[in-house]
Amino acid sequence: MKKYLLGAIAGSTILSPIAAMAQTEVQFWHAFTGRLGELVAAQVEEFNASQSDYVVVQSHKGNYSETLNAGIAAFRAEEQPHILMVFEVGTATMMAAEGAVRPVYEVMGESGATFDSDAYIGAVKGYYTTTDGNMLSLPFNSSTPVLWVNRDAFEAAGVDPDMDLSTWENVGEALEALKAGGEECPLVTAWQSWIHLENFSAYHDVPFASKDNGFAGLDTELMLNGPAQIAHLTAMQDWAQDGKFIYTGRRNEGGANFRAGECALFTESSAGYAGISSEAEFDFDVRPLPYWAAVTDEPQNTIIGGASLWVMAGHSDEEYKGVGEFLAFLSSSDVQASWHQNTGYLPITAEAGDATRDAGFYDENPGTDIAVIQMTANEPTANSKGLRLGSFDQIRGIIDEELEAIWSGDKTPQEAMDSAKERGDALLRRFEQANG
Amino acid sequence: MEKRVTFRGWWLPLLLIAPQVIISAVFFFYPAAQAIWQSLFIPDPFGLSSQFVGLGNFEFLISDKFYRTSFLTTAIFSLLVTVCSMIPALFLAVIADRLIKGSGVYRTMLIWPYAVAPAVAGVLWLFMFNTRVGVVSWYLGQLGYDWNHVLNGSEAMGLVVVASAWGRISYNFLFFFAALQSVPRSVIEAAAIDGAHFWRRFFGIVLPLITPTAFFLLVVNVVYAFFETFGVIHTITAGGPQQSTTILVYKVFSDGFVGQDLGSSSAQSVILLLVVGLLTVIQFKYVEKRVHY
Repeated sequence: MKKYLLGAIAGSTILSPIAAMAQTEVQFWHAFTGRLGELVAAQVEEFNASQSDYVVVQSHKGNYSETLNAGIAAFRAEEQPHILMVFEVGTATMMAAEGAVRPVYEVMGESGATFDSDAYIGAVKGYYTTTDGNMLSLPFNSSTPVLWVNRDAFEAAGVDPDMDLSTWENVGEALEALKAGGEECPLVTAWQSWIHLENFSAYHDVPFASKDNGFAGLDTELMLNGPAQIAHLTAMQDWAQDGKFIYTGRRNEGGANFRAGECALFTESSAGYAGISSEAEFDFDVRPLPYWAAVTDEPQNTIIGGASLWVMAGHSDEEYKGVGEFLAFLSSSDVQASWHQNTGYLPITAEAGDATRDAGFYDENPGTDIAVIQMTANEPTANSKGLRLGSFDQIRGIIDEELEAIWSGDKTPQEAMDSAKERGDALLRRFEQANG
Repeated sequence: MEKRVTFRGWWLPLLLIAPQVIISAVFFFYPAAQAIWQSLFIPDPFGLSSQFVGLGNFEFLISDKFYRTSFLTTAIFSLLVTVCSMIPALFLAVIADRLIKGSGVYRTMLIWPYAVAPAVAGVLWLFMFNTRVGVVSWYLGQLGYDWNHVLNGSEAMGLVVVASAWGRISYNFLFFFAALQSVPRSVIEAAAIDGAHFWRRFFGIVLPLITPTAFFLLVVNVVYAFFETFGVIHTITAGGPQQSTTILVYKVFSDGFVGQDLGSSSAQSVILLLVVGLLTVIQFKYVEKRVHY
């Protein structure tokens, strides 16, 4: 027994590099692979090279849901990382876990790192900020839905690709013309609930859920069965029945169709830019997400999707200083500007956005600033600050199911959304009970 | 006549059954007891607090009509998976049994699919039936059939059944093949001399003689369909469209590991445990009566 113990100690000493003894280690778990994973690794390396007190160790823990689960399981086993990436859907879960996380504003305040919460873009920051203005997690990768246009497909169908597509009314006419011109896939979407319900509601300044979309309390109820949402889904259902809107799946399956040039219009995140610009062999445009002129004269702002970085509880003060330094580094203007330009994600500070504009990036890559403009055009209202709903991953699953019933014609939009509300509310009550 | 060996004293017999008892206790009784205990609480995901709710989790489930529908979905799914994995396996085994040359190669190739993990099998089938790039869906399109399992519940069910059953055919084939080999040739030859043709011999002699194997496979295949298929469903349909492929075990997985609702997930696994226990009892009580050992 003793022998084994000694062996284990000897082994662990050999394995840890000598340099790490003097440096404080900060664990960072994230959900990025491929190109995004490389960019995260590069950020971490740059930070590690820039100073000698701390060393950040990044590791990939699977997709968003898996990363959150890994973090939760690790916390239960008291092996949690210092920094955990959590997608926006998990925000309410993390906020409710008061003993498991440390608010970012507090960590930054104590660490003495430079931190000014006013520097962050309101519409991005708002999602992760309490009603009294305290920032709980650091926005990392944020995107917002926009309309992608395949100009070649428009021309092939004999439709002017420069036509005004700012309203759904106009898009409806375009779909009609595209269909008549022989286009087999006029419209396709990714992330249907996020774009056509969550963002739709914020953009038209109608509530998605009561209590300021859940910001003001756990006793929130879904309100996605309101007249504005039903009107939109009714139009979408008609388009689906006429073969003008093609449903491809719950996630971003439609991206493959669009990038291959098979579809004319695509509602997808602004972060689709990296994939579309590298794969598309056709001329494309980015346009703002359309709105219904019948519902509003001028659209509000859209909301974000993506992930933020949460600081987990249970580590030493020295380590939290390192966390603070790293988060300050990530928020710095240069790091943010290059992240924004490489990925299509939004810059999280206004300064990074300005730096990108000054460098002429938007002029060289037209349309890349649409998402920023769309997010920041108006001061967010209670309906457009974001969503904060417990069990939201599951609720999105329910919404997906009900939307599928609409597209297949099994239910009317009103029936489907009433059912989504009833089922979603049951989960919200359970979440309230577990965290109240 | 049964042979009975009698041990003197307790130590040796206890020692002999100890490994089995320990394995059952550690890997079965302990987790099962944990699941039952946790099903009485609503915990928060991080385990910071939990509230005792008694049978509240069960009430929540029973009052959910989608959960009740999930029982029917599971019944249909399990029946189809069992039938689709056993009948082709038996057919292939009968053919292999009649082979004189090359049966080794044939057998080896039939066993391969069993080595493919369920989730991987799911992805393979999904590629073939992908509504956009799938080979099979393209041919179906050429024949004028518009395959769309993304919106059509029956097609989605068909796809997950085939993907789940495919790998199991190998497993069942192995057992059927071994069983067929053990059927005494003399009995079959005698029947052949009496003028019984192949199918008459098969149904009259071979099938009754291999019922113990068939019964064993029935039990393990039902258990497989109930417990081990969530990987396939997760990769192909994630329970959709609507709820047409949400079987009980998939709901346990998604509520527990996607929704972080451990209370409900535990309650569901307890219910699942009861259902499978009940099913096994029924199988042993009624179906086994028709088995000739």
